[in-house]
Order: sequence, then C-alpha cells, then structure tokens
Amino acid sequence: MTNPIADIEKADVILITGSNTSENHPVLSSFVKRAVKFRGAKLIVIDPRRIKMTEFAQHWLRPNLGTDVAWINGMMHVILKEKMQATDFIQNRTEGFEALQERLEKYTPEFVEGITGIPAESLIAAAKLFAGAKAGSILYCMGITQHISGTDNVKSLANLAMLTGNLGIAGAGVNPLRGQNNVQGACDMGGLPNVYTGYQPVSDLAVAKKMEEAWGVTGLPTQPGLTVTKMLPKAHDGELKAMYIIGENPMVSDADLNHAEKSLKNLELLVVQDIFMTETAKIADVVFPSACFAEKEGTFSNTERRVQRVRKAVDAPGQCKDDWWITCQLAERMGYTMNYDSSQAIFDEIAKVTPSYGGITYARIETEGLHWPCPTADHPGTPILHAQQFTRGKGMFHAIEWIPPAEQVDDDYPLYLTTGRVLYQYHTGTMTMKTDGLNERAPEAYVEMSRKDAANAALQDGDMVSIASRRGTIHARVKIAASAVDGTVFIPFHFAKAAANKLTNAALDPVSGIPEFKVCAVKIDKAA
Amino acid sequence: MNAQQTILINGRELAFNSGETILEVARRHHIDIPTLCHLKGTTPTGACRICVVEVAGARTLLAACATPATAGMKVQTESPPVVVARRLILQLMLSSGNHNCAVRGSDNQEWTAFQLKVQAEDGSDELCPVWGDCRLQELAYRYQVSGERFDATPTRYPMETVNPFIIRDFSRCIQCGRCVQACNEVQVNNAINFGYRGPHAKIIAAGDRPLKDSDCVFCGECVQACPVGALVEKDVRYAVRPWATGKVRTTCSYCGVGCQMDLHVQDNQVVKVDGADAAPNLGSLCVKGRFGYHFINSPERLTTPLIKENGQFREASWEEALDRVADGLKKIRDTQGGDAIGVLTSARMTNEENYIAQKFARAVLKTNNVDHCARL
Repeated sequence: MTNPIADIEKADVILITGSNTSENHPVLSSFVKRAVKFRGAKLIVIDPRRIKMTEFAQHWLRPNLGTDVAWINGMMHVILKEKMQATDFIQNRTEGFEALQERLEKYTPEFVEGITGIPAESLIAAAKLFAGAKAGSILYCMGITQHISGTDNVKSLANLAMLTGNLGIAGAGVNPLRGQNNVQGACDMGGLPNVYTGYQPVSDLAVAKKMEEAWGVTGLPTQPGLTVTKMLPKAHDGELKAMYIIGENPMVSDADLNHAEKSLKNLELLVVQDIFMTETAKIADVVFPSACFAEKEGTFSNTERRVQRVRKAVDAPGQCKDDWWITCQLAERMGYTMNYDSSQAIFDEIAKVTPSYGGITYARIETEGLHWPCPTADHPGTPILHAQQFTRGKGMFHAIEWIPPAEQVDDDYPLYLTTGRVLYQYHTGTMTMKTDGLNERAPEAYVEMSRKDAANAALQDGDMVSIASRRGTIHARVKIAASAVDGTVFIPFHFAKAAANKLTNAALDPVSGIPEFKVCAVKIDKAA
Repeated sequence: MNAQQTILINGRELAFNSGETILEVARRHHIDIPTLCHLKGTTPTGACRICVVEVAGARTLLAACATPATAGMKVQTESPPVVVARRLILQLMLSSGNHNCAVRGSDNQEWTAFQLKVQAEDGSDELCPVWGDCRLQELAYRYQVSGERFDATPTRYPMETVNPFIIRDFSRCIQCGRCVQACNEVQVNNAINFGYRGPHAKIIAAGDRPLKDSDCVFCGECVQACPVGALVEKDVRYAVRPWATGKVRTTCSYCGVGCQMDLHVQDNQVVKVDGADAAPNLGSLCVKGRFGYHFINSPERLTTPLIKENGQFREASWEEALDRVADGLKKIRDTQGGDAIGVLTSARMTNEENYIAQKFARAVLKTNNVDHCARL
C-alpha cells in the first residue's frame, strides 16, 4: 500500500475493485465500513460479484470479467471530458500525459459499456464522484492482478490515481491488499527471481558486488531467474532437476493443477519444508518439519509495509526447527557457512544490506512496527509513499489498450468461472481446516450461481454438479446466491477435494507471470 | 481551541481540549473513573451509569463518558453520593443474573441454593467462567458490595450454544451494550442489537435468531468487548483461567493486514487469542485470527524429518535428511549448474527466513531461481 491502513478513514471516496474485502481482509474492511457509516465517505465497488461491501457502496459497477483496463480508461476519459483532472499534479509530478490522453479518446462511456457491460451513466457518475474527492483511496486485490492483463490493470489504477492527484497525500493512494501475512516481506527480502532485498536488481553489477562482499562469496548470478509459473513447465520438460519448496503448496494453489502435479513428479529431487503433510509434501522425496509462527521469533511485513515482530509463545512439537536453521544447515553441508545465533542476528544483516530496512532494529519495533522505507536509525519510517516524488522521479502515465481475457465462453463452455476465498477458510486450508468451527461454517467447495443460471440448467440449490473446463473437471454442490451475477459462477479454491485450480487457466501475465485465475470458461452439468 | 481552558477534577486543575468528555480528560491525567459500557472509539451511551460523577451545580450525578468538559467545571469522582450511586448500580447488576463469583453472597443457605442453580444451568461445578477476569467483579470488590441486597432475578433466556465459537449466556448479561457497539460501530457487521423492552431486554441478532443464522461473521469483537461472562469463547469457557495462562504479543499469520494479537498460553499450548489494542488493528481481529489457532497444536503437524523410500515415507534423523538433501542438491548444482534447481520461499515465513532462503539460493546454489506464491 502506498498509504497506511488507518488512512482509509481519512478518505472522502474509497474505490474498491477486485477485493472481496469483508471476507479476505475483514479487519481492514471495518476501516472502510466505519468511514462510510460514521464519516460520510462514499464507497465505489467495482466487482463482478455482489459482494458484501456493495451494501455499503454508493455505486456498485459490475464489469464483465477481465475488462478492468476498459472501465478504468473509461473513468479517466470521463474525468478529462469533465475537466476534473488534477492539472497541477499532472504538470509537476508526472510525464506521459499526452500519450495517455490520446489513448483515452476512444474510451467513451458508450464504447466502454460495450466491453464491460457497465451502463454508461453509472460509469460517468462513479468517475465524477471519484474525481471530486479531496482524498480518494483505491483498494485492490487479486481480482485486479490475477489476469493476463494484471500488470496493465495495476498500471491503469496508478494512472487513475495520478490523474486525480491521489498519491502522496493522506487518505489517498494505490493500495494493494496483500493476501498472505508476509507476502510483502517475502518480496522485500528478495524472494523473487530478479531482485535482492529491498528490490535491488540482481542484474545490477554494483549490487551484485555489494552482496558478494557482504556474503563473502564470488560469482553471484546476474541473470534473473525463473518465476514459479515458469519453474513448473521447466520441471515438466526436464530442464529443472530439483526444487526446494518452503512453506508453499503449489499442488493446490497453482493454476492448472494437473500440469503442476506432472511437473513436480518429474523432478529428480523434490524437497518440501512445511508444518503439515501438504499435497505438495506428499510427492516430495524428503520432507523437513518446521516451526510455525507461534513457535518462533522474527518479523513479518504487512500490507502497509509495516515491519512487525513475531514472538515465540510455545515450543514447536517434536523435532520441528525454525526454517532458517534448516536452510543454514543445508548451506553448511554444501560448503558455505551461514551461522546465526538468532533471528535478530539475521535481521541485523538484512538491515545492513537493505537500504529501505537500514534503520529498523528489533529494539525500535518492540512495541509498534515501522513502515519502510526507514533508511537510518533516526528515520521515523514512511507511512505514505511518494509524498515528494516517485521512486523514478516523475510518475509515468502508461497509455494502455484493453485486451480481452485469454479464454472466452462459447457453446461448449458457456459460463464464466472466477475464483477466490471465503471468510472462514484460508488459501489451501492447511491451517484453517484444523479448526472444527471453521469447517462447520465452510465445510466444502461449492459453485455459487445466480438463480437464473441455475434455472437455465434445471439445477436446485444443493445439487451435486460437475464443473468442467478445457483442463479438468471437479464436483461440487450448487449454491444459489444473491452475490452471483448471471453468466458468471464462483468457486472458492481452498478445497483440495474439489480444487478449483483444476479448472483455471494457466495463461500468464507476460510481465508478472501471474496466472489468469479470475477468468475461465466452464460448463456445469448435474452429476450422474 | 482555547489552550487555556481548564476543568477541576478532585481539586486538580486540568487542561482539556474542546469536545473532550470528563472521562477522557480524567483518563488522560490518570484519574480512574470506573466504566462498564464505555467502549473506546464508539459513541458514548451512558447506559450503565457506573461512571457517574458529581459536578458542582448539576441537579443530578452525570455520566462522565457522555458529559463534555466545560471551562471551570468542578468534578468529584469519588464523593460520597457518587459512591452510593455506584454501589446501588452494582447491587442491582449482581442480583440480575448468574453472577456466582464469591461476591454474590455470603455463606448462608441462599448462597448455596443459588450456586447449585447456576451450576446446574452451566453444567460446571466451578465459579463463574470469567471469575478473575470480570469488570463487574472487580468493581464489586472495589466498592465492597454483594448481590444479596435484592432478590435474584430468575434466568429469563436459555444459553445459546449452537454455534462453534461463542457461548451467549444471557443470564450473565448486564445490558451494557458494549457488544452492540463493537458489532455496529467498530466492526460494522450490524449483526446484533438491543431487542425487547424493560425486564425482557435481550441482545438479539436479527429476529432473535441464533448467531449462526444471522449476519454474524464470528469476528468475536463482542466477546472481547464483553466486560462480564455473557459472551465467552466456547473453547475457553471453564477451560482457560487468566491466572493459569501467560500472554505473548505477536503478529497474526493469516492475511496481510498484520493484526497485532496476544496469544494466551497454557501448558505450552495456545488456548485463546485476543486482539491487541495497537496499530494497525486497534484491538480487532477476524474469525480466522481469533478462532483459527488449532493448527498450531494439531496432531497432524509434521514432527520429524521424512525420507521417501520405495514410494513410502520413513522417519529420519536431521543428520540423515539434511545430508541426503545437501548431497542431492550439490550433485545437481555441480553437474548441471545451479539453474537446474528452483527454490520457493514463502509468504508465510518470517522476513529472516525468507532472507536466508534467497541467500541460500544465490550464494550457495548460485541461481536466481527464487520465487514464492505472491502470484497465486
């Protein structure tokens, strides 16, 4: 997030898109609901499902799946036409405006309606509401990113924020809601194929030299590596021989699971380190048992870039070890000593090699976390990014053209499928499914359909159906719900027994490598 | 704002900001005015009246939580009329339900009969499930009152036990309304409210339905707000006592909001979770953070390294398992190059562990094939 969570209550207008906030970020959703109910903020929800947050919204716009660039361009078209753009901000803080303006010309509300299905007048009203805000906050989640156009979608939201001057000020910002406790930290720490900690590029020779000195090694690789979505095909083709998978379960979370399974089974050596015997661990050659969050010391970085302490409350069971200890033991055996006596010692090394974490110490975050960038010991942290300038200096507008999703409905597969989470389960369920009460509330997969779609297929609530895409078939019960919109069904992806990702499309965003989980075509038949 | 504005509380001259209530000014200056219904960050209701104070010139005692400070106001927070009023309120509350901590009565027949009745209704032979962790009990001790002054009210509504997370014990509810505010003003789930009137008053979910059939999403904000034993976590009730547990502040391990939470630990097990009153969550949690902790102590946890042989896992020592993996990775690295190996780090691990994992990939395996499931 460019802005802290508390800022949501300072916004005049909040735009939520591609985030089922009340189910996936419930505590954060309270900030939005309070802003609407008690501070008079206006909420715009743009989502293909009639999610709970729409009940708090002034406008709910319902776009066809995979049409985000179109409605965002449409909103910007309206804002320019109404001359509601932030002229000073555009002039002083950005570049590339002319190219954007040119691109937006054809995205009239009527043209956009043809693509998105959003009525022109609704788009105009929402655009004017957002542009009229003193502080407008944009919140988004995987509904924006898990598309072949995911990167374009995010850039488009950044365009909208810059066009309306909603960056670098309280109550505004472009705010991705991170879905996992430390996905921000995993990225910050260089758990990515192209960067070291703090997003220092692996291809930058000066950075490589710095890391070589800090680590006492030579010959660090300077070519970016493979993303997870590229690793699996390489494993499938036999080019990748071994994988060391720590705390991940790609056998349920990956797109096109049938392919993922074949790929992992093709490895010479698969090592999985986890707290449970996950679907991925089951096909491993060696499994290492690790300690969970309540059993160790360390830090997580949350969605607002706040680095916070994790503390040990209980002893880990059996022979479980801290993940860092296990990895260091492997390093030692492979001829490189990684010797630390505590997580704090590791953190101190992180601070030394990572400018944005340079001023953070355990002592400083003992009672309250700090927002990075926090470069020095006396720096107060940075709750709001881009206050004076952007990382690259001026903010770059990207003139973006809408492209349709990789898969469309047709006569054979006439319904769109989108996937997501439910309140009571989490990701692949390895943690939440150990709590009986959560299973009682959300026991199994279902396919959420509109009353009309169900009637068209002669289906009743609770019927067991087969849901098939071009890649696989699963079985689940029909749940007729008001949140479903005609023509689009929804399946939560938590449940391995009816893994929605056997259906989803592995077509990737060319830049980020994200699979298009949010759009594919399916057919539904009553199970025999 | 006029910085010169002051108020006199118990003879101390204290500066206040316009809009501040008497309670806020007092708390800021560490003067303790007891409260039951007051819930930080929500609209004061003045429902319980336990925070009444004496204000010079006022005809009645005033609720400190709902009365704005005004310049020159003279306030007494523990004067005899205040204490008399508070004692009466507490006596009424204590007689209103199954408040079977020792303050309910003395060692006479009535106490025994009452205790047996409560035990029968609760299905437990212990004192109240929140004994030792109850604002009402604390105040009863502070003002030295018991529940004997008034006849005990019969239990009007049976306990609700049909959801997996929260026991609603209406017999212990003092109608303070904190749960209603927690639900409607903090989490804004709008699931519960006051229902019925007078002696029939009850906190209800829409249409007086069980929580499981209402808009309730089991965030448990109401449980954390309840000052008495009316709302208690099902797994905690009669199983966890505050004097038997230790608390550890940490960060939630579910979504990316990073809620601060206190893990309550008993016999090396996490037995209860509370939201910590700190940024970013300011005390709130969701159903997963508050109730989804059983995985920690699950019998399904992996507890020993495993090596697969002939398609079956067998237990192995750390030495053997680490050697096996190190040898395997070394062979592949040395013959095929590091880029024949991929490492997935984890959005679930700590920063320190992610750092070590990518350092291992780059410095030891000599590959940048490092990723995690941010994309998935």
